[in-house]
Amino acid sequence: MSETTYKSGSNLEKLMAAGEFIVTAELGPPKSADPEIIKTKADHLRGWVDAVNITDNQTAIVRVSSLCASKLALDLGLEPIMQMTCRDRNRLAMQADILGAYLLGIRNLVCLTGDHQCFGNHPTARHVFDLDSIQLIRMVRDMRDKKIFACGDEIKASAKAALHEPRMFIGAAANPFADPFEFRVTRLEKKVEAGADFIQTQCIYDMDRFQRWMELVRARGLHKRCKILAGLTPLRTLGMAKHMRDNVAGIKLPDSYIERMERSKEPKTEGIAICAEQIQALRQIEGVAGIHLMAIEWESKVAEIVQKAGLTPRPVPLV
Amino acid sequence: MIIAEQKPMDEIMGLLQGHRKVLVLGCGTCVTVCLAGGEREVATLTSVLRLGGKLEAVEQTIERQCDAEFFESVREVATACDAILSLACGVGVQLAARLFGDKPVYPALNTKFMGTNEAAGKWAENCLACGDCQLGVFGGVCPVTRCAKSLSNGPCGGSEDGRCEVDPDNIECGWQLIHDRLKALGKLDALTAVAAPRDWSKTHCGGPRRLTREDVAQDS
Repeated sequence: MSETTYKSGSNLEKLMAAGEFIVTAELGPPKSADPEIIKTKADHLRGWVDAVNITDNQTAIVRVSSLCASKLALDLGLEPIMQMTCRDRNRLAMQADILGAYLLGIRNLVCLTGDHQCFGNHPTARHVFDLDSIQLIRMVRDMRDKKIFACGDEIKASAKAALHEPRMFIGAAANPFADPFEFRVTRLEKKVEAGADFIQTQCIYDMDRFQRWMELVRARGLHKRCKILAGLTPLRTLGMAKHMRDNVAGIKLPDSYIERMERSKEPKTEGIAICAEQIQALRQIEGVAGIHLMAIEWESKVAEIVQKAGLTPRPVPLV
Repeated sequence: MIIAEQKPMDEIMGLLQGHRKVLVLGCGTCVTVCLAGGEREVATLTSVLRLGGKLEAVEQTIERQCDAEFFESVREVATACDAILSLACGVGVQLAARLFGDKPVYPALNTKFMGTNEAAGKWAENCLACGDCQLGVFGGVCPVTRCAKSLSNGPCGGSEDGRCEVDPDNIECGWQLIHDRLKALGKLDALTAVAAPRDWSKTHCGGPRRLTREDVAQDS
């Protein structure tokens, strides 16, 4: 297959096209200008995952920008999946960053709405939401496929210049656990329609509800139109499990997991075991093309989870 | 209507520091209905200001502070005061400042939003005056106002049991409302198409807005 048949040519796109069961992870940039934190996290992930999401002011807390951290990750031998939210930028800033990201070698972009600023460390900030995530997806797709900006202008430096469009492999999020449940699949379909090439779901604990959601996804054939990666966040402590269950909107955490974390003498080990079990179960679900491991500030355990779940070795990058 | 509430007393007293005679000016329209700046509130505030005996406060309420003509009735009394404390919304305060160019004009209220009266003492925001009303598409529920992120293609992942994660106790998920309403009308299909980016130039993003209607302008 020649490279020109790919939309972006990213390794993630190639592995997905080759039908590999994908493993992505998350790297949260630091809340300071300390480069060592990114290096350490990259060391934990390199070789164990196919690509790494670089979060964008995650939970509305100021961190190293996803664009810069994506470039650093790339230089450290990882394939970055740059995340971009609609909270902090308008369409001008977004398109400028997409052009810049492409120039820096970034080829995967996940388009997100973004957490409301009230959850972060600058709750008095003004939010933007010029576009929503679905409009962002369409804009990135039109930049790539139609070679036009959001305003309709062609992506070229002057009237006589050649077109130089940024070619991104486009990701989006889906939350099977938020409401209204039946509309969740319609919203996923809108994202696919807008141009999403792959989906990473909100972290899954309620496997039954995820199964029901996947049934609806398959009924509409959406798993054939985009690759769906099942999101997972390993539980570290009983407190974290309870917090996820009680305080995080859009996450359903069954009591059986709480009980297991409560009973276990080594909750961390138990949390990893639960995660590995979930991966095994998710691999059996038709339409699940891989997993997305959001080990929040626990990147050091990704290798162990991937090994326990029997997902090693990872496929070598395709040329 | 425009919903407002009175500023904390300390802040009002701070604004009036150094003044001896103040016109406390109420407005007979929106802020009267929402019990923030009408005749009754003017009377109450004036008596509080008079406590301590240092400040002379004159009370007046006009029909509307968003129309210059209604200020004529208080021009004389205003001239005799050294400041005006307006209990109108921000619109009225600004017009008062424009009409009484040599007089400090202070707001006694914080203007909150355009909304409905939900129950006794409860008001809710319903319109952001975006200038491009799409209520016909969204089942009569405004996504710009009722969604905390003003999403055109919601709901986001923070919608749970019909509530918005920003403040589940007090905010309904606008997109759940849109969904339910269109479902009841048998028009859920309206939500399957991707809604295009909004034209924010019709909002305040395009600068302070003005409206001129030639038909009316010519008649008057």
